Amino acid sequence: MRITVTVDGTSYTDDVEPRTLLVHHLREKLGKTGTVVGCDTSNCGACTVHLNGQSVKSCSVLAVQADGGEVTTVEGLARDGQLHPVQQAFRDNHALQCGFCTPGMIMQSIDLLADNPNPDEEAVREGLEGNLCRCTGYQNIVRAVRDAAGHMRPGAGPEAEQVAGGERTTTGVGGDS
Amino acid sequence: MIPAPFDYVAPSTVDEAVRALADAGEDAKVLAGGQSLLPVLRMRLAAPTTVVDLGKIGELKGVRDEGDAVVIGAMTTHYDVQRDPLVHDHALLLARATDTVADPQVRHRGTFGGSLAHADPAGDLLAPALALDAEMVIQGTGGRRTVSAAEFFQDFFTTSLAPEDILVEARVPKHTGWTAHYEKFNRVAQAWSMVAVAATVRAEGGTIAEARIGLTNMASIPVRATAVEQALVGRSADAETIRAAAEHAAEGTSPTVDGNADVEYRQHLAKVLTGRAVEAAMAG
Repeated sequence: MRITVTVDGTSYTDDVEPRTLLVHHLREKLGKTGTVVGCDTSNCGACTVHLNGQSVKSCSVLAVQADGGEVTTVEGLARDGQLHPVQQAFRDNHALQCGFCTPGMIMQSIDLLADNPNPDEEAVREGLEGNLCRCTGYQNIVRAVRDAAGHMRPGAGPEAEQVAGGERTTTGVGGDS
Repeated sequence: MIPAPFDYVAPSTVDEAVRALADAGEDAKVLAGGQSLLPVLRMRLAAPTTVVDLGKIGELKGVRDEGDAVVIGAMTTHYDVQRDPLVHDHALLLARATDTVADPQVRHRGTFGGSLAHADPAGDLLAPALALDAEMVIQGTGGRRTVSAAEFFQDFFTTSLAPEDILVEARVPKHTGWTAHYEKFNRVAQAWSMVAVAATVRAEGGTIAEARIGLTNMASIPVRATAVEQALVGRSADAETIRAAAEHAAEGTSPTVDGNADVEYRQHLAKVLTGRAVEAAMAG
C-alpha cells in the first residue's frame, strides 16, 4: 500500500505492507531511529510519538493508519540547533540514566504539558503512567517535567508542532527504497 | 514482533464496512482504535486474513444528545469521552471509568466501542455500560438492531456481534444529576483491573433515591450488584448503610482465578471496593 506521512516536517511517500507498525516504518524505512522499541507488550511507552497532535505508542499503530497524517518524533523537536525546553530540562535535571526510555518520556511529557501547563507532582506521575523507566529514575524525570513547565509558553505542545502549510514542510518522495 | 500478513481495507461508511466483513468471511477482524487488537496481532495470538479498519468512518465518531439518551459513537476515543460535556452531565459514571483506562497514549487511540466489542472481562467500560442500562446499536447484513448491555455481553471476549456485524453506537439513558465513582484495583505497572466497582447514585437530601452498581472482572461478563443496590435505596447514606450494603457485593459472582488473585480474594476485593465506590459516589 502506498502511504504519505509527514514526519518531523518532511513528507514521505512509501509503499508499505499493511502489517507494518508505525514504529518500524519510522525506524527502518525513514531512518528515524531516535524512536525506540522498548517492549513487546505496549506497556513501556518508549516508542511514543505524536500523531496528528496527540501522543501515541507507535508500536500500537499501523503505518497505514497514519496515512495522510503528521508525525513528530523526538528528532523533530529541536529548532535551529536549540533543544526543545523539555529536552533541555531533561538534560539540566539529570532525568536520564541509560536513556532508553527518554525519547518516549520526552514526547509524552510534551503532551501532558499541553493538557496541563502547570502540573503538580501527582499530575506528572499520572500523565507519565504509560511510560516505564527501568532505571527507576522517576524522581528526576518528574523534576524535569515541572522545570520544563516553567520554561514553556502556554499553547506549546503537540498541536503547535503541526506544520502542515508551514515553512518547515518540504514535500517530496522520501524513504530509501 | 511483527503481525502475520493480512489484507487491509479502510471503508468510509458503515454499509461498506459490513459488506467488507461479509465478503472477507470469518477470518476477518475489525480494527477500531487498535489498542487491544494490535498487541494481539503482534504476539500472533490472532492472524486474521483481512483487517477492516473503521478509522475513516466519520459517522461512527462523536457524542450526541437524543432526548432521553446520550448516544456515543463507537469510534469515539476514550480521550474524547473523558472530556465530553454530555457524558459529564448525563453519564458521569462513564467519564469516571474512562479516566482509569490504560494510559494517556492508549486513551488517545482506544475507542469506546472497541472496548465494548472486545469484551475483555477486565475492561473498564463494560460494567458502567451495564449499570447505566446502555443499549448497543448494531448494523449487520440484515440492517440495524438494538440489544441491551445485558444481552450484548455473553462470555469472555464474546458478544452478540456476528462476524459481519459492526457496533455503531451505544445509547446511554440519561442519568442527569447522578453522582458517580469508579473504584479500581490494579497492579501499578498495568492498568488491567483485578477487580473494579462502578457506582452511580441519585441522592435526595441525605437519602439514596436510586443506585446502580456494576462489577468489573467478577465473572466472564460484567455483573450488576442488584443486592447492593436494593440494600442502599431508600436509606440514609451513612457509613453503616454503605458497609452493610457492600457485604452483598460478591453475591452471585463467579470470578476467575489467575496469577493475580483467587476467587476468595476477588470476592473480598469486591466488597471492600464497593464500599469505597459508593462512599466516593455519594461524596460526588
